[in-house]
This record gives sequence, C-alpha cells and structure tokens, in this order.
Amino acid sequence: MKIKDIITILNARLLTPQADLEQEVHTACGSDMMSDVLAYVKDQSALITGLTNPQVVRTAEMMDMICIVFVRGKHADDTIVNLATQRNIAVLQTPYSMFTACGMLYEHGLRGGGEKQ
Amino acid sequence: MSFLPLHFTVSGYDFTCAGEASSKVKNKLKQLGYDSEAIRRAAIAMYEGEINMVIHGGGGEIFVEVYPDHIDIKMADKGPGIENIEQAMQEGYSTAPANVRALGFGAGMGLPNIKKYTDSLRIESEIGKGTTIYMTVQVNHS
Ligand SMILES: Nc1ncnc2c1ncn2[C@@H]1O[C@H](COP(=O)(O)OP(=O)(O)OP(=O)(O)O)[C@@H](O)[C@H]1O
Ligand SMILES: [Mg+2]
Repeated sequence: MKIKDIITILNARLLTPQADLEQEVHTACGSDMMSDVLAYVKDQSALITGLTNPQVVRTAEMMDMICIVFVRGKHADDTIVNLATQRNIAVLQTPYSMFTACGMLYEHGLRGGGEKQ
Repeated sequence: MSFLPLHFTVSGYDFTCAGEASSKVKNKLKQLGYDSEAIRRAAIAMYEGEINMVIHGGGGEIFVEVYPDHIDIKMADKGPGIENIEQAMQEGYSTAPANVRALGFGAGMGLPNIKKYTDSLRIESEIGKGTTIYMTVQVNHS
C-alpha cells in the first residue's frame, strides 16, 4: 500500500506536508523498543510507535524507512518533524491505539518484515 | 590503500543529538555510492554503538575509516566499562535504567545487533576506565 492509503485507513494527520505520499510501503513494524526495530533489516518499511522522541526518526533513518506513524494521537514536536522532513520521512499521527492501528493495516494487507516463518 | 578518515565527538548528555554521527556517516557513504545493504548494516551497527556510548558510556569518540571494500568503525568511551562482555552480548541483557527504557532503549539488543550486522567485532573494556568497540563491515561490490 502507499503512504496515502495508510493516511486513509488510519484516519491519520500528516505532520510533514512535503512528503511524497505515492511512495510504496512494503512492510511495517510496530514497536516501542528501537533496538527491536533495528534487529530486522528490511526495505521500505513503516514504523508504528507510541514513542515520540528524535531517536524514533533516527531509527527509521538508519533502517531506510519512509514513514512513521505515531499512535493514540501522540504529539510530535518540531524537532521530530524537522528531522523527519530533512530525511524525507513522512510522519503521521493516528488517533487509534498501537494494537488497533496495526490490526487495521494488517487487515488491509500490510505485513511485517523479517519475521521468522 | 586510500581511505577516508572521519572523526566525531559524542556528547554523553545530549540524547537528542545521539545518532547524529551515524547519520553523517550514512550520508557520506550514500554520496560515495556504496551498496545500500552495506550502508544500512554499517549505519545500524554504528548507531547502536553511538546510543550505547550516550546511555552507558557517558559519551566518547568515534573514528571511521572508509575503504573501497570495507568500513572500519572504532568507538571509544571513558565510561564505567563492561564487567562481563559475554553476558552483555546476550540478547535481552540490559542494565539500562527506567528513564532510558522509557525512551525506547534497553531491550538488550544493541550489542547482538552490532554482532549481526558487522563482519568482525571486538570489544575491549576495563572497569572504571572505559569501553572501546572495533567493528568492520565488508562491502560487496555488485
Ligand atoms: N559503552 C558501554 N559502556 C558501558 N556499558 C555498556 C556499554 N555498551 C553496552 N554496555 C552494557 O551492555 C549491556 C547490553 O548492551 P546492549 O546495547 O546490547 O543493550 P542495551 O543498550 O541495554 O539495550 P538496547 O541496545 O536494546 O537499547 C548494557 O545494558 C550495558 O550494561
Ligand atoms: Mg544498546
């Protein structure tokens, strides 16, 4: 699915207006532990998290992720938004909880990356 | 053999800036046209090391040497040192305090991730003196 689809599905607000919403998101990862996120190298993923600090953006950057979704309407400050904008990472804010947001994306066909089958 | 040396000083107090050095190295490697998989491995390993320097080591210095076929990263801090390196290398082992966990770190996955993403890893540590991590990432040319 595309970033714009995630916005629709999660009724999300886009915090980085310059982002290219046509980019394809192949896999996603939901976590509040950054080293868990960093344990799987996988292309073009989205990160769904309840954490809002600059290290979330850095983690996404190291992973070449293109989209971050903050759950439960968590507030992301200017530092986070600016950091993400510089790195061409789209930042979204959804009112849904982590569980619900992940479930809705899964229901629409998005899958996790790098899982042991 | 020619190489590009890079040097960074990492603050032990500024969690917001943690990862800046890794970000710069990642951009440099991209500019130089390195393989994206190698860049990602080097960036993740260095980032984990940089975060450890900030949250456990009280800051320190990073020396990166970029060669055509590999990247050497040395990360040195003058922090408390690691008592049992073998234990520290285990997945899930962490001494990170609650305030660090609240920031999304302290899963005990950093050193195992570094091991996973690098082609060689050596840790030298002395209690009360500090920790130095040497890592190398090989670059496969396609
Ligand atoms: N530079 C360092 N100086 C002192 N102790 C360290 C250093 N790096 C790691 N350690 C010790 O090794 C443990 C394991 O490190 P590791 O990076 O694997 O996990 P973590 O940093 O606790 O959590 P995570 O990396 O998942 O956020 C740390 O909790 C800490 O006790
Ligand atoms: Mg760590």
